[in-house]
Formats: sequence, C-alpha cells, structure tokens
Amino acid sequence: MKRLVFILPLVGFAVMAVYLGIGLTKDPRALPSVLIDQEVPPFDLAAIEGRDKGFKHGDLLGEVSLVNIFGSWCIACRVEHPFLMKIKERKLAPLHGIDWREENRQAGPAWLARFGDPYTLIGDDPKSKAAIAFGVTGAPETFVVDKRGFIRYKHVGPMTQDVWDRTIEPMVEELRKQ
Amino acid sequence: MIVEIGHFALILALVVSLVQGTVPLVGAHRNDAAWMALGRPAAIVQFLLIALSFAALTHAYVTSDFSVLNVARNSHSAKPLIYKISGVWANHEGSMMLWVLILAAFGSAVAIFGQNLPPSLRARTLAIQAFITLAFLLFILFTSNPFERILPAPVDGRGLNPLLQDPGLALHPPFLYLGYVGLSIVFSFAIAALIEGRVDAAWARWVRPWTLAAWIFLTAGIGLGSWWAYYELGWGGWWYWDPVENASFMPWLAATALLHSSIVVEKRDTLKGWTVFLAIVAFSLSLLGTFLVRSGVLTSVHAFATDPARGVFILVLLLVAIGGSFALFAWRGPSLSATGLFVPVSREGALLLNNLLLTTASAVVLLGTLYPLFLDAMDGGKVSVGPPFFNAVFIPIMTPLFAALAVGPFLAWKRGDLPGALARLRLAFGLSVAAALATWYVAADGPVMAVLGMGLAAWLVIGAIVETASRINLFKATIGESLRRLRRIPRATWGMTIAHFGLGILIAGVTGSSAWKVESIQTMMPGQTIDVSGYEFRFEGASRAQGPNYTATRGRFVVSQGGERVAVLKPEKRVYPVEGQPTTEAAIKTTFMGDIYAVIGDAEGNQGGYVTRLYFNPLVPWIWAGILIMVVGGLFSLSDRRLRVGAPSRREAPAQKVRAQKVRT
Repeated sequence: MKRLVFILPLVGFAVMAVYLGIGLTKDPRALPSVLIDQEVPPFDLAAIEGRDKGFKHGDLLGEVSLVNIFGSWCIACRVEHPFLMKIKERKLAPLHGIDWREENRQAGPAWLARFGDPYTLIGDDPKSKAAIAFGVTGAPETFVVDKRGFIRYKHVGPMTQDVWDRTIEPMVEELRKQ
Repeated sequence: MIVEIGHFALILALVVSLVQGTVPLVGAHRNDAAWMALGRPAAIVQFLLIALSFAALTHAYVTSDFSVLNVARNSHSAKPLIYKISGVWANHEGSMMLWVLILAAFGSAVAIFGQNLPPSLRARTLAIQAFITLAFLLFILFTSNPFERILPAPVDGRGLNPLLQDPGLALHPPFLYLGYVGLSIVFSFAIAALIEGRVDAAWARWVRPWTLAAWIFLTAGIGLGSWWAYYELGWGGWWYWDPVENASFMPWLAATALLHSSIVVEKRDTLKGWTVFLAIVAFSLSLLGTFLVRSGVLTSVHAFATDPARGVFILVLLLVAIGGSFALFAWRGPSLSATGLFVPVSREGALLLNNLLLTTASAVVLLGTLYPLFLDAMDGGKVSVGPPFFNAVFIPIMTPLFAALAVGPFLAWKRGDLPGALARLRLAFGLSVAAALATWYVAADGPVMAVLGMGLAAWLVIGAIVETASRINLFKATIGESLRRLRRIPRATWGMTIAHFGLGILIAGVTGSSAWKVESIQTMMPGQTIDVSGYEFRFEGASRAQGPNYTATRGRFVVSQGGERVAVLKPEKRVYPVEGQPTTEAAIKTTFMGDIYAVIGDAEGNQGGYVTRLYFNPLVPWIWAGILIMVVGGLFSLSDRRLRVGAPSRREAPAQKVRAQKVRT
C-alpha cells in the first residue's frame, strides 16, 4: 500500500508525458475541419486606434467577404501583406482584418501605417475573442465567408498567388452567384 | 578565431561532464576514494570551460561580429553596450548558454563549498549535476549552436527586439535562471540521497541553503519580470497568467513548499519522502517550464524560439530526468523511514498544511497552463485559460494558507497549543478585523474580495510584529531583558519573520492594485485636463526626441492634486528604425499610496491631439516593496551561521546536537 503512494508521481508524470508528446506532434496550424460550413459565432470587436468602426458578426452578412487574421508581431503576415494589398486593388470582395493579440494598442495601427492598410473593416482582438470564434490556430489565416455568414473555406499561412488563383478567387465568384 | 575557441571549449566541457557524471558515481558505488574525489576538479574545470565559451560568445556580441549567425540575428552595431551584452541571453541559443553556465557554476560551488559533505554524497550529487549539464550541452551543440557562422557576413545585424532593450529585462533572465538552475542542485542532492538511501537531519541542513538561494533568486527574478511588464508593456498590469509567467511561478510555489518541509526533516526527522518528492518536483517544473517555452506547444508572447526538433529533444530530456527520478523515487522512496511522530496541532502540522496548500496551488497552475494542451490533444478544440480561472481557484487556496500562516510560528514543535497561540494573536486579529472594516468603510463600492485581502494583509503584517514582540517578551520583561532577547534571535528566525511580513505587504499591494485601479483612455488635445482618481492630468502636447538607437514621441503631462503640482510625467512612444518596431515607455510617479501612470499613444488628427492612457494604480509600489522585503528575509535566513555547513550550533537542543555530530563524523 505504502509502495503505491510512491509510484503515484511516476504514473502521473507518464500520463502528462503522453499528452506532451501528442501536443508536440500536433501541428498548431492544423485545420479544425468542424468549423467549415458552420456559421461564424457572434462576435463584436472594438475599432483599432485611428479608426471609428470596429468589426462585428453582422458585418459579414449579405455579402461574400474575406477575413484575414493578422498581427504586427507575426512575421508571416508581413510576407503575405503585399499580396493582400493587391487583393484590395482587385475589389473582388471586401477584405476584413482581425488584429490579433497585439501587446499594445499602437502596434497594429503603426504596422498598417508602415506597410499599407488593405482592410475594409478591422476589429481589435487582443483577447482572442473572435479568433476563438473563427477557430484560429495561428496567424496569418484567411477565411472565405458567404452571404449568410457561414465559413466556407480556410487558408492557413500566408496567402499566395497560387492559392488565390486556384481556390479563393473561383470560390468567391461562385459564392457571389448564389 | 575566438568564436571557434568558444565552440571548442563547449565541446570539451561536454567531454568533461561525461567524465564527471560517470567516474565519481562508480567510485561512490565501489567506495573508491580516488574515483569519488575526481568529481571536484572535474566540476571546476567544467565550469571554467563553459565560462570561457560564454565569454567568447559575449566577445562576439560586444565586438559586433556579424559573421556569427546568432549575433547577426539578434544584435546591431548601433545598440548601447549594455544591450549588446544582454543580447547574449535575449535569444534562444544564448539563453541556453546562460542556463549551462549557471548549471556549471552551481556544480563548482558545491565542489568548492561542500567540503564538509560526506564524500559519497558529494560525489553522487556532482555526478547527477554533471548529467544535467551533459544533457543541456548536447541540446546546445546539436540543436541550438550559438557559434554557427554565416557566409557572407551581413553588413549589420537585425537588432534586438526593442521590448527587450530595457534594464529590467536585461537583468531578469539571469535572476530567473539562477533560481531555476539553483533548484538543480537541490534535485541532484535529492537523487544522490535516494541512491544512498539516506535522508536525515544533516541532509536537510545541507540542502537548505541551496534551496534558499534558489528561492531568493527566483523571487527576485519573478519580481523583476513582473516590474518590467508593468512599465514596459504599458497596460498598467503586472501579472497576466501567461504560460511563461506560470512556468516561473510553479517552481516558485514548489520551492517555497520545499523550503518549509526541509525544516521539518531537519527538526523532526519526518516528511522525508515528501521532501525528496518536492525537491524532484521543483526542478522538474523548471524543466517543464523550459519545455513549454522552447518547444512551441503553447503559443505565448514570450516564445521567441519555437522549433519542433528542439521540442522533441527537450521532451526526451524530460522523460529521462523526471521519469527517471520518479522511477528511482518509487523504488527507493519507501525505504526512507521516519522516526518522528506527527501531531496535527504542532509546528510541523502547520508546515504540513502550508505544504499541502502550496502544492495544491502549484498543481492548479500546472493544470491551468496545460489544460489547452490536454484538450487539443483529445481534439477538444482550442481554448485559452485566462486570469478568471486562476483568480477563481487561487483565492480559495491562498486564503486558508494566509490565515494559518500567522498562527504557525506560535505553535511549538511536537505539540502545539492552539488556544494559547490564538490568545496571543488576539490583538493581531482585532486589528486585522479593524483593517478589513476600515477598507469596507473607505471603499464600500469596491469588490468584497478587497475587504478580505486587506484583512489578511494586516493579519500577516501585524502577526509578524506580534510574533517578534512575544519572542522578546516585550512589555512583560524589562526593556533590557527584551533587548537582550532581541539580539539573541537567530538570523533564520528573523528571515522567516521578515519574509512573512513582506508577504503581507505584497498581499496589500496585490489587493489594492486589482480592486481599485482607475483607468482613463481618451484622445487629448494640448491644454486639456482629465481627472483620474483625484489627480488632474494636464496634457501639454508632445514633441520629438532622439535616443541612441530610436526616435521617440515624448508627451508631457503636468499632474496636480487640489491645485498643487505633484509631478511632471513624460511618457514616450519609441520607434526603433532597425527593428521597425514601436515600444511604449510608461511614465510613472510613485507615491506611497500608489503609482500615477501615463502612457502616450498615436497622434490623432492634425491639431496636436494624442491618444493617452492615464491610470492611478493603487498600492502597486507595495508589491515591489513586499517582494524586496521577502528577498531580504531570504538573505537574512541564508546568512544564519547554522546554515553554514558543519558550523557548530550553540543553541541546539542537546539531543539534536548528539545526532548532528554523529552524522558529521
């Protein structure tokens, strides 16, 4: 009996180690498929500094839109940024931004001032409220949301010309016809 | 050339650590004095080699040698010297170098100062310590080599994250690492004791100063980190329950528990298995913290290097170190028999309660930190566990701990007199209730928890004073007699009283700052005045300022209270052109009752308006004061001559003296 008590820490650690091991194999950017074809849960984000309007659930209704998760801290976001500026020029669909997990309120606006602002609406999301609603696993991620506010596609990582030409653009055009 | 010498010294240190890990261990098993003795010179040589290697890396930073990949990535020629030096450990590779440097430093400290240790215990402790160093050296050389060169060398470096270019941050990792790694020695002692199969009062006495030293560094490191977050992140908060903060807090809780349980082993020869367990847990939590921070399994603002290959290596290291030591514990632990009896109402009973609550707290933080990982591993989705969870579970655990804390020192060993102890605390209790009621009266619209918090803070502070007063028989004996008694109080006792007193101050600060913080965010035009908690902040506009490697927008606020000028605050918003990143420098005027805190944001419109954030953070200085007092308490305790290994004790009970001598011979 007494011996059992001394074995307990080893058992406890073994259980934890299994989880740590699984955690390591999990790609933190892996796509939780459950959110595809689901309605975006309600969210309401405040405006970032320098803008009047925030970004909320209702803004997604009535129009096919793209939602991009970014942050000034995120290196990959900087990589895809020039491409997002091109998307803005194309005026295919509004591109909204969720400014995710900024350490302070100035960081996001300063970043946009420096590299350009491709977004129609931007919501400030320091506490991951909307990011969790969207099932975000990392930045950058880009979502295609249909007129009814349902997530139809999710791209993980920087947006590229290839993904845009082959998937996003045809899909947006298709959804607009519906 | 110097860089290659550093690299070579590191490889040589690896070889030495292999020798130091094996030869003394075999020697201790065979009882071969010469083999055992090899541990000491090996530990010293190993430290010198790693120090040489670290110096070589520092040299590369100071001279801005951008042909070294690590320097090019993390430094810049235009950086002030202090940040070139702190840049050495403000990145993954360098921080691991600092880790092994401290690991080896502690090993050589045992080799040098541990002359009174039995040779076999010393040999085994140094061998275990060498194995830990070996593992980390392998980790550095195979996955995180700081001496890698690049060709062609860039003209200039990428710079250091400006958030990290700060004196608070330059100092905080070394302190934190001294704490984490200091626990490695305690771990090595525990493993060595398990191998020997003997844990006794002497062992507890040898381990105590190392635990205490690690605890002091950890306390100071957490305090510095928190202070940095407070003024540099510019949010007016000082603790965020971030996974990395938790990673430092868990070992602290375990080390605090260990500090108390080792007293029981020393005085009462019981709780042995538990104390060894805590020693293993404290260092395991340090290792786990490293895994969480370095592997990227949990995303965090602090994670400056996340790499799955490193994660796998550290996981294997965890399996061997923690799994191995718990297996050894399961095998050898049951043979650690206790001789002391246990009565619930006694000093040891109070210390056991302290241990149960502290380890529960530690387990809760561990659970909260790992819960997102568990859920994700079971495909339960992504969640984040934040302050509401921690506050909800932490306060119910801490309240009984603090309530019992003031009583514990009044209970005698073996059999305490609870009614007697409570009777002596009558005054403290009355004053604490008065403090709680006063809080309620002054801030009736504030949260109810604040009343409890201030009451507990007063309970600890007054309890500590009453304890000293009753120890010297104040007002009962003559003044001369009381002074004589005061002088005779051992330093370790002073340490306890001071640390408990500091904790009370800390609780008051935590309560005040979380209950009554006043915050005001707005756009202000020059000349405009905003009232925050009775202070009038007049904004006098902003101007450009030039720093050594940044440009800044510097705001100017004149703060007055009732028409009288209190302070001029000049918060800055800096932009570091090399890194292209802004930082916020809050301007803080500290007063006895709290901090007047101002932050300037971006320009708004073109009439000189700026976004400003103004705070009054009540009692925040008390947090830093409380932590500082706790550190001073730790230092007092550490300076107690009884802790100096082998020093004869004047004030020991005869029975203990005999036992201690027996062990020493």
